[in-house]
Amino acid sequence: MIVCKQLTKQFVTGLRQRKVLALQGLDLEVTAGEIFGFLGPNGAGKTTAIKILMGLIYPTSGEARLLGKPLGDVGVKQRIGFLPESPYFYDYLTAAEFLTFYGQLFGRSGRELRSRIDELLELVGLADRRRLRLRNFSKGMLQRIGLAQALINDPSLVVLDEPMSGLDPVGRKEIRDLILHLKEQGKTVFFSSHILSDAEMICDRVGILVGGRLREIGRVEELLGRLGAKTVEVVVAGLNGEAAARLRNMAVKAVVSGPSTMLVFDREERVDEALPVIMAGGGKLVSLVRQKGSLEDLFMREVAQERRE
Amino acid sequence: MSKIAVIALNAYKETIRDKLLYNLVIFALLLIGSSVILSTLTVGERSKIIVDLSLASINLFGVLIAIFVGIGLVSKEIEKKTIFTIIAKPVHRWQYLLGKYLGLLLILAVNLTLMTVCFYLVQLAGEWALRPELMMAIWLIYVELMVITALALLFSTFTTSTLAAIFTLSLYVIGHLSVSIKEFAKRIGTETAAIVANALYYSLPNLDHFNIKAEVLYQAPVSFARLAWATFYGLAYIAVILLLAGIIFQRRDFK
Repeated sequence: MIVCKQLTKQFVTGLRQRKVLALQGLDLEVTAGEIFGFLGPNGAGKTTAIKILMGLIYPTSGEARLLGKPLGDVGVKQRIGFLPESPYFYDYLTAAEFLTFYGQLFGRSGRELRSRIDELLELVGLADRRRLRLRNFSKGMLQRIGLAQALINDPSLVVLDEPMSGLDPVGRKEIRDLILHLKEQGKTVFFSSHILSDAEMICDRVGILVGGRLREIGRVEELLGRLGAKTVEVVVAGLNGEAAARLRNMAVKAVVSGPSTMLVFDREERVDEALPVIMAGGGKLVSLVRQKGSLEDLFMREVAQERRE
Repeated sequence: MSKIAVIALNAYKETIRDKLLYNLVIFALLLIGSSVILSTLTVGERSKIIVDLSLASINLFGVLIAIFVGIGLVSKEIEKKTIFTIIAKPVHRWQYLLGKYLGLLLILAVNLTLMTVCFYLVQLAGEWALRPELMMAIWLIYVELMVITALALLFSTFTTSTLAAIFTLSLYVIGHLSVSIKEFAKRIGTETAAIVANALYYSLPNLDHFNIKAEVLYQAPVSFARLAWATFYGLAYIAVILLLAGIIFQRRDFK
């Protein structure tokens, strides 16, 4: 669906013609039917890459193909939906007029377009706001009408730039559900985000972009697996003093709150050694949780590494 | 409906819902209406004052609408980033630009008609003759507005809305003085300077081609050939400007 080869973009800014490399040799492939999360801190070059794909800016070097066609092919755009970052729309239009305008740009009209608009307004939960002008919309509503706009042509590839930024938890969940709904319909979704928990929940694969360079790419479980050492968190209650002291030496971290103690072990074998001590010390096991590494850990590691370089 | 027409009609809708347009139109209508009162203050022929003042108002406010509304249509759209979603749709960049241009021409036509109707009503109320030359003068004002709009669009493709407005306004002023540049070229001694002055004269718009207000005012005959030549000159100039705007717009990045 998306293929990028050595995609590079250099911006020249200011009077001094200072050169900024926004994107350096991006190699990327997104296959049909997957949800791909394009992650990275602010200023990493995510939006630059998306803008190149959408034909808003031209790459300095490298090439990319969308649905098998080179960039700039207007026919391909017929099958693509795009939601830009913090979208700005024609605020003088009502929700229905707005979607009609975009539908007409795809050459749609009449009853077919009207029923598509009804369907989309229903899908994004704005059916009762169809006659309200966009200038009176809240940020969450704008994001949702923007998503409706991106889906007006029933695209096979949907590209979303920061679809969850600035939304409250309810709004973010709605967008996540919508993305999953799109996947169920067989569409490919490519979205950028810096909200990692969202990406971790719904993405099949992710790519991590830092400083204009793609640092990691792969399936979410795979990347997390590569993080290695997992910690185990054990909570016990009613320990006697001697046992508590011994356990504190074995754990990497121990926190006492009231009658219970939380112990963090860096290896699973340590837990096996600790359990007899807990029993002997009259303690009661309250909980035992294996902490998985999160995308956030991976993300932070990459950002830190980039800073060191 | 073609994509150009969709964009043109949307541009029309945008402007119709803009307060700026109403302020300009209402002010123009007031000025045309007040020409009746002003004309009573003069000793000479009242109708001349009214025609003079009305045509000047129609011209001035037409230019203001062309520049300020025209620039808003493209520069502001780039500044406000509303253009992102449009470019990502199956629309060629030139289609977008042409659509915006035609939308603005539609607005100008509607406004000019409104002002003309108001002007004619004043003429009728005073029982002055409705001479066909008046229509010719207004048609040429419209051609001039088309040229100015094309210039505004050209500047919008590569600079900010404020600068585009300043550039267009400057060209409007220069365009009415460009005959002097030719005159200047004749009087200059050196040949190189004459070439430069001539090159300037031919590349800048000569907006005086569109000004037949004096002839209309003093009832001098205006030939059809004059009208046709001015119209042809205007359309040819517009074609070149739009082509240039299209090339720049096609190449630029929307950061």
